[in-house]
Amino acid sequence: MSTEPFETSTNLRPSSESAQYASPYTAYSEWSEGAEPEAEFESEPKIQPQQLSNFLGWFSIGLGLAEILAPRALGRAIGVGEHPGVMRALGVREIVSGLGLLSQRGTQAWAWSRVGGDAMDLALLGAAARRPDADPQRIAMAATAVVGVTALDIYASREIGQAEMPAQDEVISHSLAINSTPEALYTFWRNVENLPRFMGHLESVTSTGDRTSHWIARAPAGMSVEWDAEIVRDDPNEGLSWQTVEGSEIQHQGIVRFEPARSGRGTIVRVELRYVPPAGKVGVQFARILGEEPKVQIKDDLRRLKQLIETGEVATTRGQPSGRRSLIGRTTLGGRVQ
Amino acid sequence: MKAVCWQGIGQIGVETVPDPQILNPRDAIIKVTSTAICGSDLHLYGGYVPTMYKGDILGHEFMGEVVEVGPGVTNLSVGDRVVVPFPISCGNCYFCEKELYSLCENSNPNAHLAEKMWGHSPAGIFGYSHITGGYAGGQAEYVRVPFADVGPLKVPDSLDDEKVLFLTDVLPTGYMAAEACDIKPGDTVAVWGCGPVGLFAVQSAKLLGASLVIAIDRFPERLGKATQAGADITLDYEEVNVLETLRELTGGRGPDSCIDAVGLEAHMHGATHVYDRVKQAMRMESDRPGALREAIIACRNGGVVSVPGVYGGFIDKVPFGSIVNKALTIKSGQTHVHRYMRPLLERIEKGEIDPSFIITHRLRLDEAPLGYEVFRNKEDECVKVVMKPGMDQPVAHVH
Repeated sequence: MSTEPFETSTNLRPSSESAQYASPYTAYSEWSEGAEPEAEFESEPKIQPQQLSNFLGWFSIGLGLAEILAPRALGRAIGVGEHPGVMRALGVREIVSGLGLLSQRGTQAWAWSRVGGDAMDLALLGAAARRPDADPQRIAMAATAVVGVTALDIYASREIGQAEMPAQDEVISHSLAINSTPEALYTFWRNVENLPRFMGHLESVTSTGDRTSHWIARAPAGMSVEWDAEIVRDDPNEGLSWQTVEGSEIQHQGIVRFEPARSGRGTIVRVELRYVPPAGKVGVQFARILGEEPKVQIKDDLRRLKQLIETGEVATTRGQPSGRRSLIGRTTLGGRVQ
Repeated sequence: MKAVCWQGIGQIGVETVPDPQILNPRDAIIKVTSTAICGSDLHLYGGYVPTMYKGDILGHEFMGEVVEVGPGVTNLSVGDRVVVPFPISCGNCYFCEKELYSLCENSNPNAHLAEKMWGHSPAGIFGYSHITGGYAGGQAEYVRVPFADVGPLKVPDSLDDEKVLFLTDVLPTGYMAAEACDIKPGDTVAVWGCGPVGLFAVQSAKLLGASLVIAIDRFPERLGKATQAGADITLDYEEVNVLETLRELTGGRGPDSCIDAVGLEAHMHGATHVYDRVKQAMRMESDRPGALREAIIACRNGGVVSVPGVYGGFIDKVPFGSIVNKALTIKSGQTHVHRYMRPLLERIEKGEIDPSFIITHRLRLDEAPLGYEVFRNKEDECVKVVMKPGMDQPVAHVH
């Protein structure tokens, strides 16, 4: 994880940071009520998933090159006869999977793409076995090899999946300079009913007591999620910390600090959110699929807060006229891109 | 209402679209009386600026009459005649407070796109792609103006549209480019490109006391206008070797300041031009920096290279070694229009500047597709196209 932008801040950076949790708030661990992050991985897999995906990546590329460069020889070797067109197409597929795996991005999807490819290979071998030019013995050997590789691919896909899964506790932090005073920002934030004015995913926050409030958030697919929260630390004009009350469907914890910027350049607002999403890992995956990326959300939220505090309104073009949009325009515009 | 819409690369159309509405308290709606096509609109037309979508309403040089104001706008009333700066600025943020209006932190709803491309976001701009906010522009009958309490400047009825329209962009842009040169008595200033911005840079350099202003272009009508703007010497780069001539004119030292008023679609000669066209076509280089390279090489030791020309992305083979070893200062930026409108309006009122000399074509709004084509191809001695949305009858083209 990268470090925060304000490297030279004197009072914030803790002397020792854990790799997963490089945030200025580690210094305020007393704020987090014993919520120090646990070790992310309970036990290391015997083979590092990255080594495995690299191996499979190079294997894919090697096989793909053989299929493209020597389709006939390879066809004869595995006993399916000469079908250079099919063989070359399979080679392209192998190379795409291989490059995907080596790119180290979305590795799990690429690993599963290999499993899909294995299934295709087995189906093709089965079909080839019935053809007159087939050599059943060689095909059986080839099929055995593919079954072996398939097992390895499935194992790799699952291991990589485990490694890619985020820790159950998602911690996100962001900061932004706002041209206002810590006092004004604290007052605005302390009135928690203001939060939905800049936190895009919130439907409403209703104050239910001096320190307690009821939150309703928009969830994927038109659903909503509700919970009760309470302020657990309140330092007037300096910061706040709140968390969900026990037994809530969502476990959420937030810290905000209002730090005067140097030479009167406003206030640096630093936010850290930690939450356990509904249904654990599945919930995170689900949220990811729907694009509800928490880090993006907090950035957008803080930008809206800045606009609201500095200008009294949130910049928008939603509702302005336009000429006829294409399909691309209609699907791209209106969401995060206006 | 009718509005000029981007419909794809090289495709401009006039469409009927809904009228704009007040969306935020500090908005105003302006009925557009005059709007111009900017050289930078040609970059959109040519597809050199990313994040354009079919249906985007173009135009960032416009003026007109206030027809509606939001509850947060107290300094304007319905009926006021105003010119509107092309950057949208909140007036409240760190940069607006420092009068760096084109760097407003709050006016770009798509700031995250700009941050990906450039590291940080500039202000929102009317009708200039979604990376600068996706705001509907002013080449339309009506336009919504956000932060209308900060941007629009009332203009006296004694000055007609053509005298004040260019306060919205090209006049302050040329002026800021010349101001950036920190001109001292005796200075020589060379200006690449004699389009509207170059012409106003020439005029401003003279106003700010340059002793010798050299204007560079290849079109005789543009060089003629440069002379009209006050250029002492004009160079046709198809006729002379620019670098050699500039050296000769300055006793070998080079101009004290060089202004690139060309930007990302520079036209050049020979191998480097082919090189840049090919790289740009293959999307290996987004911008063609021919004029910029020449300005850097030409500039005297310790001089200023001022870049009002628009660049959007990446450029190649820029002689950075020359910048370092000659201790050059590079100045650029989208124009902080708000900062210049009032003082320049005063100069116009006093008769020191009459910006209307650059206008070559006056069109109706629905003639926009023709206007873009003629301007891009520099046909018919075109230097500046002004459209009048209120105008119903075709008007003879005036030179």
